[in-house]
Amino acid sequence: MLGSISNRQATWFVHKFRRADLLRSADEETLMLGSISNRQLFQPRSLTDALSMLRDEGPLVPMAGCTDLYVALNFGTLDDTRFLNLWPLDSLRRIEMRGDVLSIGALATYTDMRRSPLVQKILPMLVAAAREIGGVQVQNRGTLGGNVANGSPAGDTLPVLAAADVVVVLRSAADMRRVPFSEYYTGYRRSVLGPGELIVAFEFRKLHGRQWFRKVGTRAAQAISKVVMAAVAGDPPRIAVGSVAPTVVRLPSTEAALGRGASIDEARQILLEEIAPIDDARSTAEYRQRVAANLLARFWNDSFITKSRRTRNL
Amino acid sequence: MRSSRGLKAVGRNVLRKDGVEKVSGAARYIDDLSFPNLLHARTIRSTIPSGHVVDIQYHGDTTGFTIVDHRDVPGRNIVALIDDDQPCLAERTIRHFAEPIVLLAHENRERLNAVDVQIAYREATPNFDPAASKTSFKTIAIEKGSLDEGFAAADVVVEGEYRAGHQEQLYIEPNGAIAVPAGGGITLYGSMQCPYYVHRALKVLLGLPDHKVRVIQTETGGGFGGKEEYPSMIAGHAALLALKAGRPVKLVYDRVEDMVATTKRHPAVIHHRTGVTRDGRLTAIDIDALFDGGAYATLSAVVLSRGLIHASGPYRCDHVRIRGRAVMTNTPPNGAFRGFGAPQTQLAAEIHMDRIAGQLGLDPVRVREINALRPGDTTATGQRLGDCSALQVLRAAVERSAFKRRRRALAGTNRGIGLALFFHGSGFTGGGEVALASKASLALTGRGARIFVASTEIGQGTRTMHAQIVADTLGVPYDCVEVNAADTGEVPNSGPTVASRTCMVVGRILQRCAEEMRERLGTLTPGEYLRTHGPLVITKQYEKSSAIAWDDHSYRGDAYGSYGWACDVVEVEVDPDTWQVKPTAFTTVHEIGKAIHPMLASGQIEGGSAQGIGYALFEEVVMRDGRMANCQLTNYIVPTTLDTPAIDVVMLENPYKHGPFGAKGVGEMPIDGPAPAIINALRHMGIDLREIPATPEKIMAASAERTGSGITKSRSARRYTKPSSKTLHALREKP
Repeated sequence: MLGSISNRQATWFVHKFRRADLLRSADEETLMLGSISNRQLFQPRSLTDALSMLRDEGPLVPMAGCTDLYVALNFGTLDDTRFLNLWPLDSLRRIEMRGDVLSIGALATYTDMRRSPLVQKILPMLVAAAREIGGVQVQNRGTLGGNVANGSPAGDTLPVLAAADVVVVLRSAADMRRVPFSEYYTGYRRSVLGPGELIVAFEFRKLHGRQWFRKVGTRAAQAISKVVMAAVAGDPPRIAVGSVAPTVVRLPSTEAALGRGASIDEARQILLEEIAPIDDARSTAEYRQRVAANLLARFWNDSFITKSRRTRNL
Repeated sequence: MRSSRGLKAVGRNVLRKDGVEKVSGAARYIDDLSFPNLLHARTIRSTIPSGHVVDIQYHGDTTGFTIVDHRDVPGRNIVALIDDDQPCLAERTIRHFAEPIVLLAHENRERLNAVDVQIAYREATPNFDPAASKTSFKTIAIEKGSLDEGFAAADVVVEGEYRAGHQEQLYIEPNGAIAVPAGGGITLYGSMQCPYYVHRALKVLLGLPDHKVRVIQTETGGGFGGKEEYPSMIAGHAALLALKAGRPVKLVYDRVEDMVATTKRHPAVIHHRTGVTRDGRLTAIDIDALFDGGAYATLSAVVLSRGLIHASGPYRCDHVRIRGRAVMTNTPPNGAFRGFGAPQTQLAAEIHMDRIAGQLGLDPVRVREINALRPGDTTATGQRLGDCSALQVLRAAVERSAFKRRRRALAGTNRGIGLALFFHGSGFTGGGEVALASKASLALTGRGARIFVASTEIGQGTRTMHAQIVADTLGVPYDCVEVNAADTGEVPNSGPTVASRTCMVVGRILQRCAEEMRERLGTLTPGEYLRTHGPLVITKQYEKSSAIAWDDHSYRGDAYGSYGWACDVVEVEVDPDTWQVKPTAFTTVHEIGKAIHPMLASGQIEGGSAQGIGYALFEEVVMRDGRMANCQLTNYIVPTTLDTPAIDVVMLENPYKHGPFGAKGVGEMPIDGPAPAIINALRHMGIDLREIPATPEKIMAASAERTGSGITKSRSARRYTKPSSKTLHALREKP
C-alpha cells in the first residue's frame, strides 16, 4: 500500500526543497524540510476502498491530477506527509445525464469536459473555463473536483459552478450528502468538507438563458486569473466572480437590480459593494474592481445584443 | 572579403552543427552529467538585505558533510571581474538578500537538505532607492558642442523622465556547474557564455596557476547575458567544495534560486531635456541617467557606458551632454542582459522623440527623418560615421507596415500604431577589443578544418555561423568544418561571448586564419597537405582597424567599429474592459551588414523582439524589501506565442568592410526597439505612459489621469450605443 513513487521522482521531490531556504522570511526561526522517507502514499482500488482508508488511516490528503499539489511541493510549502491517490478511480470520471440532471464526476479533467458533447450542450461556460485553464498538460491532469477542493478564490471553474447553482455530492464511508455550492465554502480555502469525506460528483440542472464566461489573466494563456466571471442571462440573471474576495462570490444584489430593470451604471455601483478584492503580486484591488464592473457591463451588453438579434431573426 | 566568389555556405540556411543533438534529446546539459563519487551541493544565503553575520549554527546531522565558508578560500575571496568588490562567500558584511555565505555538500541530497543552517545577523538599514544611494560604481559624462549654444538656438524645450524596471534573462536552463578536482587543480564544467572569465575567476579565487584550472562549457540552454559573469560565482562555489572534499561536486540551481539570486537587467531612470526648432530639428540634447547596479559592481560600469553612448538614439545633434551614474542599492547585483544598457536609454530616447513630435505637431516619421544620422554625421562621442543605414531602415519599415495609412485608419479607436528607430554598436566599447586581444585558431584536418575558439554556442548559432565563414573562406564544404568544444584546455582565449561580437569580431579572426590556411594549401587538398607537410594550425589575434580611435578619459572617439540599424513598427489593441494590450502586428527592419545564416539571424531578431515585447508589457520583477517576490514562472510573466504576433522580419545588408563577409552584430539589437514602439503605439491612442512594463494596471491609471474616466470607458460607452457584433466577438473570444 505504501509508496508507489519511484526513486527518480524521489530525488526530484527532495531536491526541490532547497528553495524553502530562499522563501522563508527572515524572522522565521524554523524551517520545514521535507523528505521522501517520511511521506506515505495510499493507493485505493475503488471508491469504497478510498473511503475506508480515509476513515481508518485518516487524516489523508486526497490527490488526483496533482496540478495544485505539485506547485506547493515544488515551492517547498507542502507540509502534508500522507496522501490518498484518487487518480486511478475511473468511476469518478463519468459525465452523464441522470434524468434532467447533468452529473460530472469529480475526477473529470478539463480535457474531458472540453470534449464532452453533454457539457458542450448544457454548460458551454464550463467548456469556456476549462479551455482557459493552464495549458494542455494541466488540462489533461487537472480535475473539476480538484479545482473545488483546492478552493483558491482564483479557481477558474468556481464562478461557473456558482452561477450554475451546482450541487456538490460528498461521500464518506458511512454517508452521502448533497451540498448546494453556495453553502460549500465557509471562508478562504475553507469548506464544509469533512476529514472523512470526498467530493465525488457535481450535479447541474439545466439553465435558461445565454451563458457567459470571461477570464482576465496575466497573459493570454498559462495564467492565473486576476478577475474571472461567469454569468447566465436568465430571469433574473446569475452572476459569479472569482479573485475578488476570499471565496468565489455570487452577486445577489447586482442580479436582483438587473432583474428589476436597473441601469447598467447602477448595477456596476452595486457590484462594487458586493466584492472585496485585495492588492497582491498579480494585481491591485482597484484594477479588480474596475475590471469586474466592466465585465458586468460587457456581459449585459453581449446578452442584450444576442436577444435583439434573436428577435430580429424571429 | 570574398563576396565575389560563389558562396556555398555563407548566406544559406545550412543545418545547425548542434541541431540534431538538441532536437533528438542527445545533447547533454550540466544536470545530465555525473561523475564517480559525486557530491551534491547547496548554497546557504542571507535572508536580510543589509547587515552583518553574527553567528552561524548547524542543526541536524552534519557528519560526512563538506562545509565551506570564506575561511576556506585559498586565494582571494572575490569574484574577479572589473572591480574586486564582490566576495565569493560573504565574510561578515551582507549587502543583499540571497548573498551566499556557506556552502554544503553531501552525496545524499535528502541528507543535504535535512540540515538547517541558522544564521544570526545584526541588521543595518538597507537602501533600495538608487536616487538616495551614496555609493556610485561609475560616473560617466559625454560632451559634444555647447549646451548653452544649443538651447539658445531652440524654439521649444521638451523635458521628460522615463523609467524601466528590472528584467530577468530567463534562459531555459538555470545556472549550474560541476567541479572535478584533478592533480592539485580543478576542472570545471558548466553552463556559461565566457569560459575564460570563469578561468580567470577560479585562478584568483583558488590561487592556482593557469595550467591548474581548466574550464569546459557544457551544452548551454540560453544565456542572454545572464551567463556572462554569474557562472564565475557558481563555478567558484563548486570548486571550493570540490577542493575541500577532494571529490567532484555538482551545484545546479532550480528556477527559484536562479531568479532570486542571480543578475537582472538594470532598472533605470532617464531624464531628457531637449531643444528643438519649430520645424523639428534637434539643437540640444541633455540626458541624465541613473542605473541601479544592485549591491556589487559586477558589470555596471560597462553597462552604463554602452547605455550612455546609445542614449541620444540614432540622431544628429551638435550640442549634446549625456551624464550617468550606476549606483549601489541593497538588492541582488544587476548585470549583463542582451542590449546591455541600450534598451533602457533607447526606450527613453524613442518615447521622448514621439513626445517632441507631438509637441511640434509633427508626424513621428517626419521628426525622425529630419534628425536621423546620415553617413558623414557624428555621434554623441564624435564618431564620424562612414556607413549609416538609419534612414533606410526607417523608410523601409514605414513603407512595409503602411505606417502612415494605418496611423490614420486607427486614429480614435482602441488600437494604435507606434514606431521606434534604433541602433546598436557591435563588439566591445571603445578600446575594449584591443584590450581583449582575442585569439582564434584553425587546425587543418584530413577533410577540412577544425575551429578552436572560446566563443560559446548558447543557442544563437555560434558553431554553425563560424563553420560557414571558415568553409567558404577555405573553399571546403560546410560539413568538412568541425568545431571544437569551448574548453580552455584546448582553445585560445577568443574573449567573451557577449556584445554582439561573436560573428563580427571572432568570425573575422577565424576568417583571417582561413585565408592564411587557404594560401598555405596552395593547390593541395587538406589531406595531401597533411601527408606532405604534417599538422597545420594557424592562430590569429584581433587587429584593430587603423581608422578606429577612442579616448576612454574624455569619452570621445569611435565607440564601436560598426553599428547595426533597425526600425520596429508595432500595432497594438487595448481591451476596453481590461486595459490588456495585445500587439497585433509587428514589422521590423534590421540592417546587419550580412546575414551569414539568414534563418538564424532572423530567429535572433524574432526572439529578441519577443523578449522586447515581454520587457514592454509583462515582465515585472516585484521587489519587496530587496528580494524578488515573484520568483516563479507562475507570477513572473513572460509572453507566450499567444501574446506575440507574427513578427515580420526584414534584413537589409550594408556590408561592413572589417566584418566577415560584411557581417556586423545582430544578437542584441532586436531588444532595443519593441518597448518604445509599443509605448508609442499606446501614445497614439492618447495614453501617456513613460514607464515599462506597461501593465494593465498602469495603463488604467494613465487612462484615468488623462480624461478623468479613462479612454476605455468612453470607447466602450460608444460601443454600447452602436454595437458591432464583430468587434464584440473579437474582443471576447480568446483562442
